[in-house]
Amino acid sequence: MSYQFLIILSFVLFSIGMIGVAMRRNIIVVLISLELMLNAVNVLFISASKYMHTLDGQIFVIMVITIAAAETAIALALVVRIFKSLGIVKIDDLKKLKW
Amino acid sequence: MELNIVRYILLFPLLGFLINGIAGKKMSHKAVGLVANTAVFLSFATVVYLFLTLISQPENARLITDTVYTWISSGSLTIDFKLMIDPLTSVMLLIVTGVGFLIHIYSVGYMHEDKSYARYFAYLNLFMFSMLLLVLSSNIILMFVGWEGVGLCSYLLIGFWYEKDSAANAGKKAFITNRVGDYAFLLGVFLLASSLASKGVLTLDFAMMAQQISLVPAHVLTIVGILLFIGATGKSAQLPLYVWLPDAMEGPTPVSALIHAATMVTAGVYMIARMNFLYVLAPTALEVVAIVGGLTALYAATIGLVQNDIKKVLAYSTISQLGYMFIGVGVGAFSAGIFHLMTHAFFKALLFLGAGSVIHALSGEQDIRKMGGLKNKIPVTHAVFLAAALAISGIPGLAGFFSKDSILAAAYASGHTGIWLLGFITALLTAFYIFRLVYMTFYGESRVDKHTAGHIHESPKIMTVPLIILAVLSVLGGYIGVPQLLGNLIGWHGSDIFTNYLAPVFSSATGHEMPVSTESILMIASIAMAFAGVFAAWYIYLKAKMKPAVSTVQTLPGLYNLLLNKYYVDEIYNTVIIKPLMWISEFFLWRFFDVWIVDGAVNGSAYVTKWASTRLRKIQTGDFQAYVLIFLIGVFSIVAYFVLR
Repeated sequence: MSYQFLIILSFVLFSIGMIGVAMRRNIIVVLISLELMLNAVNVLFISASKYMHTLDGQIFVIMVITIAAAETAIALALVVRIFKSLGIVKIDDLKKLKW
Repeated sequence: MELNIVRYILLFPLLGFLINGIAGKKMSHKAVGLVANTAVFLSFATVVYLFLTLISQPENARLITDTVYTWISSGSLTIDFKLMIDPLTSVMLLIVTGVGFLIHIYSVGYMHEDKSYARYFAYLNLFMFSMLLLVLSSNIILMFVGWEGVGLCSYLLIGFWYEKDSAANAGKKAFITNRVGDYAFLLGVFLLASSLASKGVLTLDFAMMAQQISLVPAHVLTIVGILLFIGATGKSAQLPLYVWLPDAMEGPTPVSALIHAATMVTAGVYMIARMNFLYVLAPTALEVVAIVGGLTALYAATIGLVQNDIKKVLAYSTISQLGYMFIGVGVGAFSAGIFHLMTHAFFKALLFLGAGSVIHALSGEQDIRKMGGLKNKIPVTHAVFLAAALAISGIPGLAGFFSKDSILAAAYASGHTGIWLLGFITALLTAFYIFRLVYMTFYGESRVDKHTAGHIHESPKIMTVPLIILAVLSVLGGYIGVPQLLGNLIGWHGSDIFTNYLAPVFSSATGHEMPVSTESILMIASIAMAFAGVFAAWYIYLKAKMKPAVSTVQTLPGLYNLLLNKYYVDEIYNTVIIKPLMWISEFFLWRFFDVWIVDGAVNGSAYVTKWASTRLRKIQTGDFQAYVLIFLIGVFSIVAYFVLR
């Protein structure tokens, strides 16, 4: 299989994630889109690792997965707290952090 | 010759300063005194060893150097931390460490009740370090470091009892007055360096400068010489910058003896002697030195006639004697100036320490109108004080006679008759005021307070022994510089050891000869002046019980008040310089410049920031997705810029 396809796949996944983060209003969906972006990068890392015959990319991927897991846990906890105390699920309702 | 032990002369006092300065508060008085004294003694021992090494060398090879490290290296300019001992330095070193050590011992007794004992000795050691650095340095920049260091220590020690307002103010006055002189000094150094550099020799080393100095045009040398001398007038208390020295008597008496009589104030004389290669080529500058010296000598002596504070009389006497030294170097007789510097260090340190012993005995009384009749109560102090007074008056056979006479002879021989006359009259006044002091303090009826009278006691041994040693030096110290004339008289032909010893340093100076008959007449005349002064003081203050003095004051109240108030110079400086300066500081610098310009700029920038931020913060909407959008646009623009450019 050609590496080009993998790069294109990664690009498409990243774009979908990016548009999701920028456009979708549900906080959970925004978080899932964020994960999608991270995994798009992971795909790129893996393919580069294979292409260049080094292990560096794979090590990075493990690192990214670990940190992404921690980040998602904290983000979800925050989402739950926000919902419980403010009753908000739509991100554009959450405008407390302004001047 | 390169010897690495020269640096230890500096190291010991520095260590003493660090130990007493850091840990002194927790140490016992005994330990503090021991550390400080050991430091100076080790320094003195090193100096003696090096002096012996130096004189064992042949006359034209008497030079010991010690390059510690390269201090400044910038482009073609290299300044080494380099120490140097030549005959001139060795004389200064022996005076500074020798007299300094005696005064350290004396201080142990004098300061034993003071609560800031460790601070005192730490400062004193720091002073020794700075003074030795000044003397030892082989280039003018390093010398300036020592020059400033002694100024700092002088400030710290004048204001030692800083709880007293007068002491704190006197310290400030000394520091600021010196700053005026130092400013001129630095300008002189810069001018010298730049004009040497324009001839292609960028050096500030004394030996190198001495070789290359003839490249500099004469008028530049004259300006440099005068600028450096203005620096010397500040440090060595000459007209017009002498005003700080009388006030400096607020410090502890041993400090007055060490810094404001024996060592620091002579730094200016040393500097001019060290720069003799320059001054010889700038006769106008040298003329200025001699004239200022002569005027100061007479001027300060007249004020000394009427002062009533024992230390103030000695302070004016110091200024006057420094004037003599400047006459000496000013007429080109550098070794005579340095000779007087040395003998003066002995007898003036002794006079101050003796005065300290009197003050100590009278529980702090300094007014000579409240003394009198102390001769039998404090016999040792009386004896040594008398020896010093005889020495300073120029009574034949004692140190002051030889040195003062060689200066006056040199002034006359070089054709400076007017300056000689100033010095000649000063000799009479000197003998008069110093014996006025002696008679009013030690002789006649006691005018001491009844309360104090019961407590009069001779000082302890630790104070009297240094006094006795200094007295011996004051009496015998002159015999290393017996003038040729007297040497011939007693059949001592290889005479004037001192001048011969210093001759290699002052090789560029030209001596003046005069007929033996003239020299004899001058000498007899100055001896007559000395005796006349002593006799007049004896008659007025002892025989006639001050009646002539009182009647003179009544007939000439204007003159008396003029002298008593020191020619109103402090008042004049106050109105002409200090008041306008204060006015400018308050109304221009503070109320206008500080309030409007400085504060205005600070407050203005704060106001602008506030104004801008109230408008800028509107873009912080709190809308997360708007942030993401802006962020993405930013990233795309940057990537696009790098890809497409």
